[in-house]
Amino acid sequence: MASPRMIGNIIAIAAIAVAIAAIAVVWRPAIATIDPPAPQSFDSALVKRGRDLAAIGNCSSCHTLRGEKDFAGGVAVPTPFGTVYSSNITPDPETGIGRWSEAAFRRAMQSGIDRDGRHLYPTFPYDHFTNVSDQDNRALYAYLMTRQPAHAPARENQLSFPFNQRVLVAGWKLLFLRHGTYQVDPEQSAEWNHGAYLVEGLAHCGSCHTPRNALGAEKARVPFAGADVDNWHAYAINNQSPAPVPWNAEALFEYLRRGWHSEHGVARGPMAEVVRNLSEVPASDVRAIATYMADMFGAPTAERKRRGDELLAQAGSRSPQAPPANGNAAGASLYAATCAPCHAAGRAPPYGGIDLALSTALSAPDARNAANIVLSGIRPEQGEASPIMPGFADSMSDDQIAALLNYLRAQFSHRPPWTDVTGTVRDARRTQTVSLPNPPADTTQRDKP
Amino acid sequence: MMTLKVNGQDHQVDADPDTPLLYVLRDDLKLNAAKFGCGLGQCGSCTVIVDGKAVLSCVTPLLLLEGKKVTTLEGLGSIEAPAPIQRAFIEEQAAQCGYCIAGMMMRAQALLQRNPKPTDEQIRAELEINLCRCGTHMRILRAVHRAGRLMQTADASPAKGSIQEGSIQGSMP
Amino acid sequence: MNGPVSLNRRSVLAGGGALIVSFSLRGAFAQDQSAPPAPKPPGSLAQTPFLDSWLRIDADGAITAFTGKAELGQGFKTAFQQIAAEELDVPFESVNVVTADTSRTANEGYTSGSNSMKNSGTAVQNAAAQVRELLVAQAARRLDLPVEALKTGGGAVIAPDGRRLGYGELVAGEMFHVQAQPKSRLKDPATYQVMGRPVPRVDIPAKVTGGAAYIQDMRLSGMVHARVVRPPGYGAELIGYDAAAIEKMPGVVRIVRDGNFLAVVAGKEYQAVKAMVALAAAAKWRETARLPKQDDLPGVLTGLPSEDTTIYQQSDPSAVVAALTIEATFTRPYQAHGSIGPSCAVAQWLDDRMTVWSHTQGVYPDRAGIAEMLRVPPASVRLIHVEGSGCYGHNGADDAAADAALIARALPGVPVRLQWMREQEHAWEPFGPAMVTRLKASLDGDGAISDWNFEVWSNTHSMRPGGAGAMLAAQHIAQPFAPPAPKPLPLPDGGGDRNAIPIYKFPNAKVVHHFIPAMPLRISALRALGAYHNVFSAESFMDELAAAAGADPVEFRLKHLDDRRGRDAIEKAAQAFGWRKGQKAPPGRGYGFAFARYKNHAAYCAIASEVEVNRQTGRARLIRAVAAVDSGQVVNPDGLVNQIEGAILQSMSWTLYESVTFDDTRITSIDWQTYPILRFDAVPEKVDVHIINRPGQPFLGSGETGQGPAAASIANAIASATGKRLRDLPLTRKRIKDAIDA
Ligand code: FES
Ligand code: FES
Repeated sequence: MASPRMIGNIIAIAAIAVAIAAIAVVWRPAIATIDPPAPQSFDSALVKRGRDLAAIGNCSSCHTLRGEKDFAGGVAVPTPFGTVYSSNITPDPETGIGRWSEAAFRRAMQSGIDRDGRHLYPTFPYDHFTNVSDQDNRALYAYLMTRQPAHAPARENQLSFPFNQRVLVAGWKLLFLRHGTYQVDPEQSAEWNHGAYLVEGLAHCGSCHTPRNALGAEKARVPFAGADVDNWHAYAINNQSPAPVPWNAEALFEYLRRGWHSEHGVARGPMAEVVRNLSEVPASDVRAIATYMADMFGAPTAERKRRGDELLAQAGSRSPQAPPANGNAAGASLYAATCAPCHAAGRAPPYGGIDLALSTALSAPDARNAANIVLSGIRPEQGEASPIMPGFADSMSDDQIAALLNYLRAQFSHRPPWTDVTGTVRDARRTQTVSLPNPPADTTQRDKP
Repeated sequence: MMTLKVNGQDHQVDADPDTPLLYVLRDDLKLNAAKFGCGLGQCGSCTVIVDGKAVLSCVTPLLLLEGKKVTTLEGLGSIEAPAPIQRAFIEEQAAQCGYCIAGMMMRAQALLQRNPKPTDEQIRAELEINLCRCGTHMRILRAVHRAGRLMQTADASPAKGSIQEGSIQGSMP
Repeated sequence: MNGPVSLNRRSVLAGGGALIVSFSLRGAFAQDQSAPPAPKPPGSLAQTPFLDSWLRIDADGAITAFTGKAELGQGFKTAFQQIAAEELDVPFESVNVVTADTSRTANEGYTSGSNSMKNSGTAVQNAAAQVRELLVAQAARRLDLPVEALKTGGGAVIAPDGRRLGYGELVAGEMFHVQAQPKSRLKDPATYQVMGRPVPRVDIPAKVTGGAAYIQDMRLSGMVHARVVRPPGYGAELIGYDAAAIEKMPGVVRIVRDGNFLAVVAGKEYQAVKAMVALAAAAKWRETARLPKQDDLPGVLTGLPSEDTTIYQQSDPSAVVAALTIEATFTRPYQAHGSIGPSCAVAQWLDDRMTVWSHTQGVYPDRAGIAEMLRVPPASVRLIHVEGSGCYGHNGADDAAADAALIARALPGVPVRLQWMREQEHAWEPFGPAMVTRLKASLDGDGAISDWNFEVWSNTHSMRPGGAGAMLAAQHIAQPFAPPAPKPLPLPDGGGDRNAIPIYKFPNAKVVHHFIPAMPLRISALRALGAYHNVFSAESFMDELAAAAGADPVEFRLKHLDDRRGRDAIEKAAQAFGWRKGQKAPPGRGYGFAFARYKNHAAYCAIASEVEVNRQTGRARLIRAVAAVDSGQVVNPDGLVNQIEGAILQSMSWTLYESVTFDDTRITSIDWQTYPILRFDAVPEKVDVHIINRPGQPFLGSGETGQGPAAASIANAIASATGKRLRDLPLTRKRIKDAIDA
């Protein structure tokens, strides 16, 4: 039996050990500043690769405010714990990363620590970026350091106590930050592996598509099972996918490249920015992502495949005549008058609207995305052949949109009816601050649909 | 039969409920301003105001308009008594063929009603939906700014449009 | 709307104690008359010499000017009113202008080529001056005073003692049914009261208040609505359709079928639309794949048989041996007119006479085509121009007129209104032709161009009606008319070779026109015709040569240009833009310059622009443009500025975004999703147009002068911003990005 004194000593020693451990966990040294390197000092091929990687990483989506300087930060990222603002990653020496060495940059990517040694909030997805290779970090660094510097001081985060204590992030990392979650699978092709490296790393697809736990970390056991993000639903991109026609690598490639696919529909919400970025990168990277993700979707069951084929066979031959009312006369009329002229014109996107039986939004677990799209429509891309859809926020009431959505769900999907669609629409109208075509009322909002 | 309120007047309209407002305005009510451009919600030439908001009448079926107030360009003012926005477009000579202009004016009017002093950026963003093929854009922008100023000085209520000033010819820029 | 007019030379009115013949139709049907012997009077007076074809003064003093040209949104109706008022010495408001109508106005062919001011404006001006002289002479006789003692003003001839004789009182008999003199006594421009001043356009008030301003707004009593069902692609054949269900649809009056021509008529417009959709779904077609490969269009074009003509050659063997030679190939895709309002027409077949209201650019040729299609004499068809949406050349207007006529004939007595759907307009309008140019030039030791070679491959640029074969309906009926054999348009205006001949002075130069008769896609006149691409090519290449010579682009142009007015335009644009030799644009931006004299004999236009290029995305944006234009004597300065502003913005849209797309069977750019054009977020911050007025000089027109220079100046600015030269139109975001990355 130990004496109280001994116990006291043990406790003291333990406490010191814990403290040391805690400091070891929490404390990180600053990395010395450097003089901003001259843009010409970077190899141009490296810069170019960095640009592609930045596009794959969708960096601009979080770090560029619409209408503001590229990568100057200040974009609000809402979380359940409050709002975090993205930082300025231009090479501005005062407010950006102009004085960061490559080592400092690499550490931020790998461990979520800034140059000063402060823990970064995991809204910056270092749980994925930790997989980025040193070589790719070098390219990203070269790219960012050759951008136009923008003087833009950081915006104060709006987090409630205790989440405003950065030390907590250390604990979060202890629990959830795993280095090297991506491992080469020698059984798979080089393309598959490159795709896996990108998807699990820089492209951080799971950040939106994998559900999160109470502490805001991705649930590792249900990867890509679908999640809510920025008032949109990021669909399940595994075997739970609600897509009426099963995805394959070719379709994924086209969709990620162009932003729409005639058998699946148009990328909207936060995904719109992702595909816009992916349209800029080498086809081989997108192909690799598509190959890996097709595997994550898995081969469809025979039944799913049969149904998909059947839908495709029927698509385009939809009668433009008055559709059956199916007990929802208002919804049917609204469909006939507002949707059918484009969606039942027998022309696949972008020559017409998608055949709604192929629409993922209508087969999704909730009406959120469909409501967003009906409210806001699809804005044209300046100068590009791209789908356009008028928004109906200003001409339809919540009840009317709900009637329409209920009708579309019953008519075009084989899933059970949605519940409380009016509530979903009301909520969508409230949060969907970006109503076509007005810029967001709050310019700190990301560029939504 | 349905009652449709257009420019302050009730009309009994005998058309199917799925008929787009555009056709009702042009065909049944014999109004000219709202124009058919695409019928697909892609060009804005059919824009009218419904309960204060700019709406594409080609994709707005009659059944959505129960109890709502529709305003067309005809309802803002007339040749004899042009509304501020009409005066502004005349004064800026903001038309070439003019086919897109009615739609532009309606969308701009809706914007000015909720934001009397829009920035150039806001006007551009708002008018993004509307196409002009003649390239009259610079004048349209100027005309919307001018309309904003006119609406602040003149009686801004759109329906009255009782502007009595000297001949428009005298006030060319 | 205009009712039928039955004027003839015996329709006399008694007024002012004099016998007055207000208007004679003989002049209007002047296409039947042989032209008078030389010397000819100016402008369209040469073809239609009788003064009363152009002007009419009623006993009550009302003045009407007639023009065979059509108002297309270019505002020339206002300009004509100014011209007539000026030369007649009457207030602007007292003149009424009547435009193209085969029963009322002269045959002035097409309203095209920026020729309205030059032809018709000149005719009206001279006719008005001569009418005024006739009136003064008449007054001199009545007052027994010498002509020199009389003045005019306010619609009257005024004696020194203050006595006034109103124009209406003076008009007598067939006073104006006289042939125009070759020369008129025109007013001194220094005394102009109406011309040369900005006058608000007469058509705008109705357009901004919902007046009946367009053909789309026509409503005749008892009128029905029609829609055509076009084949899915060129040459598709109608196999059949099940009419029963469609005939039962509400409001459906008739399905009209003649061979591959299919249309449906209903009482109300939306009923017609619905029936058309149903009919289109029911119709079965046999299609043939016959369209060329879009991704190798230049290869396709240069591979087609061509008729080759050397249209210009200049050689000076003494010129110094070339120090440096460069070559480049430029291409342009098919591009669409893309009118915002789809084509529309109203027609009525009454007592074996057809009346068609159309926004055609040529009422007489259109009448000839429709008459031929209907197999009736031209005199039994009347074509009346009514304004439509801006057309920018030969769009679907004439086809819609033919459609309406064909449908109306099936419904005698009933006025039929026909409007195309958006998809029909985009898929079936005749496009602006795709083109290829190959340029090669040498610089001498002094950095001057010593040798210039310009080759252009192109279809014709006009397949306008005149005969029925040019119209879709006539091609589609069971006994079809074949499209006429295409012909190159003659120089000096030219078609595919418009502006192919350099305006600059080079000791050695050669220009070859490879005219391609085969037309894989339906094409015709699009604003500026070949000048758009030729100026884009030549002025891009001038910049490439300037760069090779290490010279400033503006200086380089001036070095090769003798034409005084051209130099003035260049200098004005450069100065107003703030162009300075060697000046660098802010990062990410570039400056560009271009110049042309349209058709080498019309208006001068120089444009400087500033473009921003996002190196990340490749997106180019015109920030500002400054233009200088010399269009001769200015009539309505604000109207001219409006035209040039529009030309710059439209050309920017063509240049950055637009190309018709197709697969092997169908046109696939069929709406604004698939054929994107300029939207407001890419509109420049500023466009400045400076007019160089030339009092007393001939009108040079302006509608098309801006297209080519705007394109080249934007391309040159992109090259200056990125260091990369793009030679294939359109200069899309993707192409710019690929060039940056290359
Ligand atoms: S006609 Fe309604 S948007 Fe084009
Ligand atoms: S003025 Fe002609 S389309 Fe806008």
